[in-house]
Amino acid sequence: MSETNTTLLRGAKVLGGEPQDVLIEGERIAAVGTGLDAPAGATVIDAAGQILLPGLVDLHTHLREPGREDSETVLTGTKAAAVGGFTAVHAMANTFPVADTAGVVEQVWRLGKESGYCDVQPVGAVTVGLEGKKLAELGAMRDSAAGVRVFSDDGKCVDDAVIMRRALEYVKAFDGVIAQHAQEPRLTEGAQMNEGIVSAELGLGGWPAVAEESIVARDVLLAAHVGSRVHICHLSTAGSVEIVRWAKSKGWNVTAEVTPHHLLLTDELVRSYNPVYKVNPPLRTEADVMALREALADGTIDCVATDHAPHPHEDKDCEWGAAAMGMVGLETALSVVQHTMVDTGLLDWAGVADRMSHRPSVIGRLTGHGRPIAAGEPANLTLLDSAYRGVVNPAGFASRSRNTPYEGRELPGRVTHTFLRGRATVVDGKLA
Amino acid sequence: MKRHLISAADLSRDDAVLILDTAEELARLADRPIKKLPTLRGRTVVNLFFEDSTRTRISFEAAAKRLSADVINFSAKGSSVSKGESLKDTALTLEAMGADAVVIRHHSSGAPHRLATSGWIGGSVVNAGDGTHEHPTQALLDAFTMRRHLTSGTGQDLAGRRITIVGDILHSRVARSNVHLLATLGAEVTLVAPPTLVPFGVESWPCEVSYDLDAVVGKSDAVMMLRVQRERMNAAFFPTEREYARRYGLDGDRMARMPEHAIVMHPGPMNRGMEITAEVADSDRCTAVEQVTNGVSIRMAVLYLLLGGNESAVAAARTEESK
Repeated sequence: MSETNTTLLRGAKVLGGEPQDVLIEGERIAAVGTGLDAPAGATVIDAAGQILLPGLVDLHTHLREPGREDSETVLTGTKAAAVGGFTAVHAMANTFPVADTAGVVEQVWRLGKESGYCDVQPVGAVTVGLEGKKLAELGAMRDSAAGVRVFSDDGKCVDDAVIMRRALEYVKAFDGVIAQHAQEPRLTEGAQMNEGIVSAELGLGGWPAVAEESIVARDVLLAAHVGSRVHICHLSTAGSVEIVRWAKSKGWNVTAEVTPHHLLLTDELVRSYNPVYKVNPPLRTEADVMALREALADGTIDCVATDHAPHPHEDKDCEWGAAAMGMVGLETALSVVQHTMVDTGLLDWAGVADRMSHRPSVIGRLTGHGRPIAAGEPANLTLLDSAYRGVVNPAGFASRSRNTPYEGRELPGRVTHTFLRGRATVVDGKLA
Repeated sequence: MKRHLISAADLSRDDAVLILDTAEELARLADRPIKKLPTLRGRTVVNLFFEDSTRTRISFEAAAKRLSADVINFSAKGSSVSKGESLKDTALTLEAMGADAVVIRHHSSGAPHRLATSGWIGGSVVNAGDGTHEHPTQALLDAFTMRRHLTSGTGQDLAGRRITIVGDILHSRVARSNVHLLATLGAEVTLVAPPTLVPFGVESWPCEVSYDLDAVVGKSDAVMMLRVQRERMNAAFFPTEREYARRYGLDGDRMARMPEHAIVMHPGPMNRGMEITAEVADSDRCTAVEQVTNGVSIRMAVLYLLLGGNESAVAAARTEESK
């Protein structure tokens, strides 16, 4: 990895605006302006025509370590994050062992420090073993070196209303947030895909929208009742959007994320029975996709989160029913957001910076990320060639896994440089 | 014909009529003292069964043997599959052994589609029932049976015939295949079930849906009763077996209200006393046993056509016999 040094970005369109020069010295942005002089020994990067964004922040990443190092490690996952333009990721708790103790979250946090490609903020489990029965030691995880603020049983829903209420209340003591995987378990027994016209034809078990919406509705009411904050993971239905919009109109402390794949793909793809499209929550309908885009544009949905879920090849190279759920997403997230939100005119680049950097940092209470691009701020930056068009080729991924639904698809945009506290983690599209 | 038979929806009207007509030709063999043609001599057909189904397996086995194919039965139980071998490795093994056709029964919807499109094997794939998706040869043999009873036979489709399918539509691959094929053949299909056993999303299917058997039974040319598993009761699909039988079972009284020419069908195995009473099952209007016989002819026709037959099956056999 290159040494921390002085870098001058020439002519970058800061948040998509007028071309400016940005000078990075050490870990911070030293100056933003036009016609800046390059200090002696500075690396000068011609950024003309490229978009400069604050380093992206992912609230929802599965790094798989400890336990499933065959699919991803903290090192390979943070490399993938850097290539995708991320400078911080939240590592989900459903590892083996589960990140439900101070010891495990500190291990993941330490592995992140050692990787050096991207900040890793561990998420703590809400309940012991993700079993939904008994609260994990949330305070101990908060007080650990990892400083956990986001708690989630992601992969499983905290379906017991009393446990959810207690978790929401308990984390008020240290400004924590419960990130809920909204899935009513009884309504989704044997679920394989979105319940609708396509599932009826394919004979695959249905995952009805109401199984998500009923939990979202319950949890916004609980959060309001106890005066805590709740975050909805991977919101996927038009109905959930309506509930969150209503909760926000009440002034309740509710936030939500959407994945890139739910902004682009629909359940029609399942007709191929190709398990690369198997994901939880499942791909929904075109109407849901449009509602999600609109909600992300108007701010009802606060942020994009990847739900990067690596799986080894054999867990997808099989029949649908036997396949694992999930898709990798770190390395394609910004391209999909450009394609679905920017190129469609729904969101400008300042909006992308807000939804992919600022707001997730606020939800996760990360202090050094999601900041404005201005003198004195931490130099966590992503430079994007938005004019680029390329075909997704998973063989070139930095991630250890290849389970992308975009293989062979042309997507716009390519991250050329990523800076983590002034140091380049990606140079000319390649890991530094 | 296409290379595979995965879904009844893949068949055009002409494809379907060709299969039915070919089956008619092949059915005549059953009347000969030697029920065997040399047509598929030297070809290998694998019956790959991941789910127990003695009836379907022996039907395919009889069909392949009557065409002189070599038959390998591969059952998941007691094989490497139960030791965790993947579908892929099983497929690669069969490919290495030179299977010309793989007849697959699998508990996972879409497994035959996956097998046919994954590049794991080069031969033809025949779906012998996948999860709750499809069972196209069952639909073909049902259509064959209907055609014999309700039309003048060879060359005909089922235009205008009113077919009622009753029972657990939600979990039935037989119903899905029948709806597709019968619509292709021009029949008017009505599904009858309690609302809990009708799939969410059924409105896109080319058929009507009714919750009232009595309202439909009097105007049906054929009434197909589906097996209803008693376990469904425990998942609250209906309150009790008795209530199900009263509302959706076919008994003598309901059968008496069917038009005189109408037939009662059942893909088997029957739950006597549940969806069908013994009186109906044993009546001469019930074609359940005849359907089994027809199944062999249909599966012969499918194997013959998929494995390269493009002329009249029996004529081709005659030519070969005379060589």
